[in-house]
Amino acid sequence: MKFKNFLYIIFLTTYYSFSQENNSSINGDFINNFQSYNDDPLIGAIAPEEKVLNNAYLNVIYTKNNFSIGLRYESYLNALMDFDSEFQGNGIPYRYITYTADGLEVTAGNYYEQFGSGLILRTYEDKGLGIDNAMDGIKLRLNPISGVYLKSFIGRSRTYFNYSEGIIRGVDMEMDINEMLRIENNGSYIFGSSIVSRFQEDNNPKFNLPQNVAAFSNRLNIMHSGFNYYIEYAYKFNDPVGSFSLESNNYAPGKALLSNLSYSKKGIGINIESHWIDHMEFRSERAKEKEFIINYIPTISKQHTYTLLALYPASTQMEGEFGVQADIFYKLKKGSLLGGKYGTKININFSKINAIKNGTSFLNDSLNIRSPFLSYDNDKLYFTDFNIEINKKLDKKTKINFIVSNQKYNKDILEGKTPGEYGTIQSTIGVVDISYKIKKGHTIRIESQALRSKPDPNATKKGDGHWVMLLSEYTISPNWFFSIQDMYNFGNYDQTQRLHYINATFGYIIGSNRFEIGYGKKRAGIFCVGGVCKEVPASNGLNINISSSF
Amino acid sequence: MKRYLLFTILFFFLSQYIFSQEKLPNISVKNLNGKKVNIQDINNEGSPIVLNFWATWCKPCKLELNTIAEDYEDWQDETGVKIIAVSIDDSRSMSKVAPYINSVGWDYEIYLDPNRDLARSLGVSTVPHTFLLNEKKEIVWEHRGYIPGDEHKLLEKIESLVK
Repeated sequence: MKFKNFLYIIFLTTYYSFSQENNSSINGDFINNFQSYNDDPLIGAIAPEEKVLNNAYLNVIYTKNNFSIGLRYESYLNALMDFDSEFQGNGIPYRYITYTADGLEVTAGNYYEQFGSGLILRTYEDKGLGIDNAMDGIKLRLNPISGVYLKSFIGRSRTYFNYSEGIIRGVDMEMDINEMLRIENNGSYIFGSSIVSRFQEDNNPKFNLPQNVAAFSNRLNIMHSGFNYYIEYAYKFNDPVGSFSLESNNYAPGKALLSNLSYSKKGIGINIESHWIDHMEFRSERAKEKEFIINYIPTISKQHTYTLLALYPASTQMEGEFGVQADIFYKLKKGSLLGGKYGTKININFSKINAIKNGTSFLNDSLNIRSPFLSYDNDKLYFTDFNIEINKKLDKKTKINFIVSNQKYNKDILEGKTPGEYGTIQSTIGVVDISYKIKKGHTIRIESQALRSKPDPNATKKGDGHWVMLLSEYTISPNWFFSIQDMYNFGNYDQTQRLHYINATFGYIIGSNRFEIGYGKKRAGIFCVGGVCKEVPASNGLNINISSSF
Repeated sequence: MKRYLLFTILFFFLSQYIFSQEKLPNISVKNLNGKKVNIQDINNEGSPIVLNFWATWCKPCKLELNTIAEDYEDWQDETGVKIIAVSIDDSRSMSKVAPYINSVGWDYEIYLDPNRDLARSLGVSTVPHTFLLNEKKEIVWEHRGYIPGDEHKLLEKIESLVK
């Protein structure tokens, strides 16, 4: 580590002193999240021994011409409660050097990469979720002839502060037919193909495990006069986990098919998509937990941001699901009867996710039962959401956003509970969000939300019943914001749990710096970004967040 | 190790004052026709460029870009500015970008950055995040987040570049 740091300095100094013209730059960002914790037995919040916890990140990137180096210092003293406690201490787990020369890009060190939609490879970071599966190794990108793009990499994948035992290798090729043949028209035909493989030594005395496990995927994207069609198929070879106690092992392959079709022109847009997934968890080490996943299967439902709409969020079941989703975006014209003076924006969204027939091939391998390709089980619903969003500017000062949604959420499956514990919770949610401009730069916004839920009559437990939420926010552009919100679980079946979760936030923004201080209670629940979810514990306390970029 | 580290970080900070204005990195994004475009190749013939990072699931982002869209023609007439909106929607919602922007009728140049390669290299950790570029495509101003009324501040900054 010492030597590496030294190298960075040498590089920097050399580049600085040798530079003829001053065309280098430095940029980066800093994030600090501090939280204090109080015990609150009512909501089930338990303060950690430390009383206060802090996460911080500092990114620095130095660029000069075609050369870039960067590092991230991370500090978890100790990690916030909604982070895995494996994140602990300080370090520079992310550093890289990249240079580009005549169509070749070379990266040594840490890097993020995605092939296609990510079905067989996606390394990325999401600080909110505590995900960072950056690779450490070598990555190349090459553009040998016009319209052909090659990528290759070799590395070990990060989990917390460690790197996987498995070595991951992969190549990806993308061909843009129009660019290759220099055809100029309004269509576009792009074909892509990739392979990713993991090597891990087999030291299992009982089973003969494959040391190299490969996955491949092919994709095609056709765009023509407003239409866009994308299809990707992925296959993962058998990846038995190995076991010391069981007599059998699992040799089922994984498969995934993903497709979407969209059409749009001025005023209207339509998007329809579907995916079928069977046993597609691809990990950097065999027999490990979810944190070791190196691929990504996008969740096939709308990503809601209003709290109660996202109270029961869908998450991808990478071991098996079939999902469909449709979206219509429409703008009623200005001056029309329903469009009014400014026009009205409408989004209708529907999604439905079911189990695949016979369940995941992983569980059924010993019985030699597979799930037939593209089959699904209509009786086993995981999630469905039908919602309508209407966004309208009423006059120069008032804007309104209205959403109504009907959701069914299979809590047992999506949260990994015992079958029959909660079953499927049905809920109807309404949101009215009104913002009103008081005077130049001063805006008040009121968000009212309600959720009515119906428990599963066949389940042993009931969930938390009805909720309401009220948020009011006052903003003064460009520097200040104040908000206060109350989430009230008025319809909990347990009288003692009919609680208010009040939060107040105060913030100051100046240019690229943002300071935020909040105090309040957070309920225990599922927090998701992009369909990847984590369970967060209940908490009560003060939080101070600083983010800054330079 | 700690000392070297501290030194490196210090050095980086100091260099900020020594080195020149921040330029756009050598990173490719995709346009809505699936073509790779190097972000250094964006062009507005010497007039200012606004580079805005947004996502279809981000309410303040859409509010900001829809608000500016109402006056975009006036902004262009007055200052010659071009707005480039880079979506950080990943493969979950990337296919909704074109249907959404066509339905609302934005006239911005749109790019996709699904694994956040560009966003990461510019220190964008949350959206919206707005950068203002001068005639040499150097970043002269940036702003995190959006609250109603921020568009006036942005316009002021653009105007100060063309004065």
